[in-house]
Amino acid sequence: MPQTLKNTMTFSDEQSMLLDTATGFFRDKSTSADVRNLIDSARGYDDAVWQEMVALGWSGLAIPEDFGGSGLGLAAAVAIAEPMGRHLAASPFLSTQLFVQGVLAGGSDEQKGQYLPAVAEGSVGTVALFEEDGNWDLLSAQAQLKVAGDRFTLTGVKTFVTDAEVATHYLVAATLAGEPALAIIAESELPAAALSRETVIDETRRSYRLAIDAVDVAGTSVIRGDQARKALAAIRDAALLLISAESAGGIAGVLEVIVEYLNTRSAFGRKIGSYQGLKHPTVDILIGLERARSHVYHAASLLDAGEDAEAALRMAKAEASSSYAFAGDRAIQFHGGFGFTYECDAQLYLRRALWSQYAFGDAAHHRKHLAALLLD
Amino acid sequence: MDEFRAEVAAWLRENRPPEPDFLMPESFMEVGTDAQFNYLRDWQRRVFEAGYLGMTWPKEYGGGGQPQVMQDIVNIEMARQNVPFMPNTIGLNWAGPLILAIGTEAEKQKYIRGILSAEDIWCQGFSEPDNGSDLAAASTRAVRDGDEYVLNGSKIWTSLGTYAKYMILLARTNPDAASRYAGLSYFLAPMDVAGVEVQPIRKITGEYGFTQTFFRDARVPVDCLMGKEGEGWKIAMQTLTFERGASGGQAGGLSMVAVSAADVVELARSAMRDGRPAIEDPLIRDQLIGFLVEEQGDRLCGARARIPALCSERPGAIPMSGKLRGTEFRRRLCQFAISLQGANGARWVGDAHAYADGLWQRSYFNAFSATIGGGTSQVQANIVGERVLGLPKD
Repeated sequence: MPQTLKNTMTFSDEQSMLLDTATGFFRDKSTSADVRNLIDSARGYDDAVWQEMVALGWSGLAIPEDFGGSGLGLAAAVAIAEPMGRHLAASPFLSTQLFVQGVLAGGSDEQKGQYLPAVAEGSVGTVALFEEDGNWDLLSAQAQLKVAGDRFTLTGVKTFVTDAEVATHYLVAATLAGEPALAIIAESELPAAALSRETVIDETRRSYRLAIDAVDVAGTSVIRGDQARKALAAIRDAALLLISAESAGGIAGVLEVIVEYLNTRSAFGRKIGSYQGLKHPTVDILIGLERARSHVYHAASLLDAGEDAEAALRMAKAEASSSYAFAGDRAIQFHGGFGFTYECDAQLYLRRALWSQYAFGDAAHHRKHLAALLLD
Repeated sequence: MDEFRAEVAAWLRENRPPEPDFLMPESFMEVGTDAQFNYLRDWQRRVFEAGYLGMTWPKEYGGGGQPQVMQDIVNIEMARQNVPFMPNTIGLNWAGPLILAIGTEAEKQKYIRGILSAEDIWCQGFSEPDNGSDLAAASTRAVRDGDEYVLNGSKIWTSLGTYAKYMILLARTNPDAASRYAGLSYFLAPMDVAGVEVQPIRKITGEYGFTQTFFRDARVPVDCLMGKEGEGWKIAMQTLTFERGASGGQAGGLSMVAVSAADVVELARSAMRDGRPAIEDPLIRDQLIGFLVEEQGDRLCGARARIPALCSERPGAIPMSGKLRGTEFRRRLCQFAISLQGANGARWVGDAHAYADGLWQRSYFNAFSATIGGGTSQVQANIVGERVLGLPKD
């Protein structure tokens, strides 16, 4: 029986304050010039800014208080991710949140106690899920975990491992005896040259290939069976939520760039924003933004209430992905010749939009899954 | 609340009128025969007498003096049971809220109760044959002569014109005013005076419902003027905020036959494609989900609009784009529903083999009344672009 869609929408005063603070923070710390300077840096983000985010408690905001966090839940992270996306701010925030959600959902109490307090204090964690075939299905990893006495060995190639160079821990998806499993690997356990940087369309991102051959893994660092499935589902949920939130922010950011240009540039004796050929698609971008934000905050509300959010999250990702890609595409076109140059900020948003579109499933992928959820 | 909901549900089940033997209009804009009109007017009166209409409007004028949540329950229950809509749409959704917001005590006493009971049907006189969406170009004249205004000119797309007792009328009192806006005035004009003639207009569906209204030296009393001379544009804009749903204050009840993506999903289950139910076709599934995502997005915009902290940057974005989003969605949804019928998509109302009696074909054609009426989608996009985004006027 297809499920009924709800229209739950909650937003606490605490989340509202967080959104205000983060909006001001990233406006100040991530100007267009900052973003461009960081593109040329090795690390890709400003560690001083990241340390401020840690000091504000943002890296641990979804970690329960028992493990050193502030226990605000994943929904609160939306209030950080949205303005981050708006200002194209670079930080290992997203990677770390996915690591946290995986450990929280699938890890044992010992594992939570071992890894989460360090993250709350600023350690970076990340997830290694995807492989060379580009498949978005998280349950069909080719990487293998093999039993070796009371320990395991891990072999495989993972791709799109974000912020891997600065991470202290990796949650690596693999297959163990035909079943999904996850291995928690410390940076110190990786052989030299295991990581190589990938060249990706969004130059503000740092993405790595992780190639490992028979790395030794302690039994206490493996998550398997139903726990692994729970962890992977939680990582997927968090990724869909936060990437969609970042994308909604990105649409707002690129819309601001477009509106500014349409109010400044003149052609044939008129401001170009007065032409309906540009005005009307800009309104379409606004409508995409409003719908995307609504989907995002609804999905966050369901997660906050502990309700099933799969359909809401997939809808959010489908809407945010396609609306952001449309906005980025039109931003280039509306800037005319300037839009074709590297100097114009429109390309930064289009690159981010395409990166986000292809992370954790594009719009068509999620519509396909939604069809199974809502039509069958 | 649950008790009230159950009471409303039971009342609607017991009192809903029997299925008519004529084609049901989809909204007040399709009411073209006496049988249709009498059926719907009678239904509105019974709903009002049961206390389920105008529940939030002040008691002293005939309303219920109750909180909005009560009317919301009634509206939701009416939609759930898919009962007929309220035909006095202009009165309930435009003129009524406007009179309550800015009308004089005498106007409230005179008009509100009749709007709710459907005794006084209202129509709208903004558009003119030569000026569709460009309302400020209105050229219908109102010239003061003693205790009366003399009206000359013509209004078009007047729904329920044949049945209306009153018209909200935008007319030019001063052709020499400093701006074309300043020369306009707003009237609550009676239709039953000499010199007012109403001519039905046949629509693309072949049905009637719209009229053109001609004023030839029609004399109306001066107290029909709302506000002051020259305030017509301001009042008309305020009226449109009620129409576009940005202000609230509507009396409640359904205003049209609802069409949702869920209906099209059901259609896709029964319609066949290549010998299999259309809902199994991957391309159709993708498109159906596209509509569901869009519809849900708009529904969630409604929910988000109630949380100011989530609308702080552009508070007008959701309400002011509502008409554009909703009407264009409906038009495209109907178009898609027809495409699901394969070759039978080419049938029309009245054909023995038309799918659902040609409902989707007719709905598609009628959908244009909303993408055009009350400001075309193109004008709506200009308004959103200029007022919400701050883009330059063209």
